[in-house]
Amino acid sequence: MTDVLKIENLHVSVEGKPILTGVNLGIKRGETHALMGPNGSGKSTLGFAIMGHPNYKVTEGRILLNGEDISEQGADVRARAGLFMALQRPISIPGVRMADFLRHATTNVRNPERKEGEELIPMREFRKEIKAKMSQLQMDPEFARRYVNEGFSGGEMKRAEILQLAMLQPKFAILDETDSGLDADAVRLASQSIAEIGGEHMGLLIITHHDKLLEHNPPDFAHVMLGGKIVETGGVELAHELHSVGYDRIRKTYPDAAKLERAMQEELEEAV
Amino acid sequence: MATDLTDNAVASPIGEINKYDFHTENTAVFKARKGVDAEVVNQISDIKNEPDWMREFRLRSLEIFNSKPMPKWGGDIAIDFQDIFYYLKPTDGQGRTWDDVPEDIKNTFERLGIPEAERKFLSGVKAQFESEVVYGSLQEDLGKKGVLFTDTDTAVREHPELLREYFGKIIPPEDNKFAALNSAVWSGGSFIYVPKGVEIEFPLQAYFRINAESMGQFERTLIIVDEGAKIHYVEGCTAPMYTTESLHSAVVEIICKRGSRCRYSTIQNWANNIYNLVTKRAMAYGDSTMEWVDGNLGSHLTMKYPAVYLMEPGARGEILSIAFAGKGQHQDTGGKLVHCAPNTSGQVISKSISKDGGRSSYRGLVKVEEGATNTRCSVVCDALILDPESRTDTYPYIEIAEPDVSIGHEASVTRIGEEQLFYLMSRGLTETEASTMIVNGFIEPLVKELPMEYAVELNRLIELQMEGSVG
Repeated sequence: MTDVLKIENLHVSVEGKPILTGVNLGIKRGETHALMGPNGSGKSTLGFAIMGHPNYKVTEGRILLNGEDISEQGADVRARAGLFMALQRPISIPGVRMADFLRHATTNVRNPERKEGEELIPMREFRKEIKAKMSQLQMDPEFARRYVNEGFSGGEMKRAEILQLAMLQPKFAILDETDSGLDADAVRLASQSIAEIGGEHMGLLIITHHDKLLEHNPPDFAHVMLGGKIVETGGVELAHELHSVGYDRIRKTYPDAAKLERAMQEELEEAV
Repeated sequence: MATDLTDNAVASPIGEINKYDFHTENTAVFKARKGVDAEVVNQISDIKNEPDWMREFRLRSLEIFNSKPMPKWGGDIAIDFQDIFYYLKPTDGQGRTWDDVPEDIKNTFERLGIPEAERKFLSGVKAQFESEVVYGSLQEDLGKKGVLFTDTDTAVREHPELLREYFGKIIPPEDNKFAALNSAVWSGGSFIYVPKGVEIEFPLQAYFRINAESMGQFERTLIIVDEGAKIHYVEGCTAPMYTTESLHSAVVEIICKRGSRCRYSTIQNWANNIYNLVTKRAMAYGDSTMEWVDGNLGSHLTMKYPAVYLMEPGARGEILSIAFAGKGQHQDTGGKLVHCAPNTSGQVISKSISKDGGRSSYRGLVKVEEGATNTRCSVVCDALILDPESRTDTYPYIEIAEPDVSIGHEASVTRIGEEQLFYLMSRGLTETEASTMIVNGFIEPLVKELPMEYAVELNRLIELQMEGSVG
């Protein structure tokens, strides 16, 4: 049976402010979905809400993984159920080595029933695997000894996220602008990598402004968000259209959502 | 615990102490009665068969202790000094080999993993159980090099010339109330002498623990590192839980002679009812380096500020301090650097973690005496707070008598980040695993300075603290 991630009428607030106002989306494992939309339309919010960030409160609607409502569960439970999110701005954890972090994470995700304090994957086995994955991603083995995202360049951070994706092999992965801040070569490497590490076996939700990422990971569906909703869904041609001409047509076609977008923008500006 | 022994001890006039009973229930063969006065101090000195100079030193220290008021700063000290046992002798002499050590004490040590640790790479092991050193060993080659490593009681008998020259000279009993108390009733601790030019490659270690209710422990350590010599001394503590309050008040004195190097590493994990009031000080002479690595977990209140007095040009002092304050705990720790000579340098790095309403304070002194020109010194203290109930404070004291100095002070307070927690949890770690990882990462720069087995032990202790399974 194919795994399915389903978002039903999702409303999400951050610090009491509604950001998502009724998102519907279904992703089957093996599909690639592109999520597009102007800044502030709620793309990252949708990602964080799916992953279970505690600051993103679901006020209405459901997130279903294979029919089970996971919208009340913690991020760790969701990760162990097969969800993953590559962050646009990964967080640094000073003093914690990539290898130690990833060994722990990999153990937990592969063995969702593991209790705190139980054995980790044997060091030798883990080392062999991470070494192979790193060489596949053209990463210096020294990388594993560095502290998580500490002092990483933009490109290194994104590659570290892809390495985690490769090790954890989730059922569904949200890639939040995994291509931003990278030069053309780096974007090509990143997009090839995602394809190589078995992205086609996952359900991918790619949040991007770039054509390149989609070139190597052609979307089956493209969605446009505006004012906290998905207003239009199409194929790969929609993605190309938005890349080349922007969102004017979308705003004209969906005046209600555009109005909502303006209201949210103004509120944001006032807050700043 | 049986009380008959105590009653006997109270009834025994001085001079009849050989009548004391063997205590079969908790291995103690002699326990002085509760409280401290000249009679108890004399009794301790009698049992140890000490020379007059030490007896006089003890009695003089007792007077100083009685005359000094309680410190008004730091933490709240609620100790009834007359409700504490000051001396307890667990066996009838010092174990020479592992086989000589009584079985129950041996079991305790085995749980602490000492024989294993020794097998691995220790040069020598000293372990203090209650107040007396019961087991010690020193590898033969160290002995051949002229290194002395013994308990301090033995040193008083066997090396009186070194003791009389240095004992109580770095930290005189006048220094503070608790140093005076220790000077009056001290027992056990390590004495080390490293001769000129001798470098000890592996860390020398001592484990000890408090194991009797209301039992004070007052060990006294003296380390003399002669010119050009090198040593790393490691001391670790674990203590079981007790319900009544207990006092640990140690004194550690170190002399680093010209061109020598000494590192003293401690990890202490006291039971939550213990007052841990320790005075540690080193005198560093020309071109020598003294390093304190100090990890404090547990206890009800810890007040400890390892000090380095930089006595001659080229001397360097480094103090690394880690404190973990959990529920009901106050860690008042830090360090002191006193520049007494020109061209001296120092560094203090302090990391503290507060959790479940625990309180950690950094208290530090940087002092530059007149004439100590061209000195450099930096102080960095970072505090990590795990929840809104917990607290951290910084009390940096800086006294400078010379304009030509470079002093840096940085302090930061971090609340454990929601973003960090989310990031790790989104990779499958539970909240406890995630926060433990963040805390271990926070102290990693200090942990990597420890011998590996201590680093592992410290990480394990932090894990236990984070799980809340250590009360």
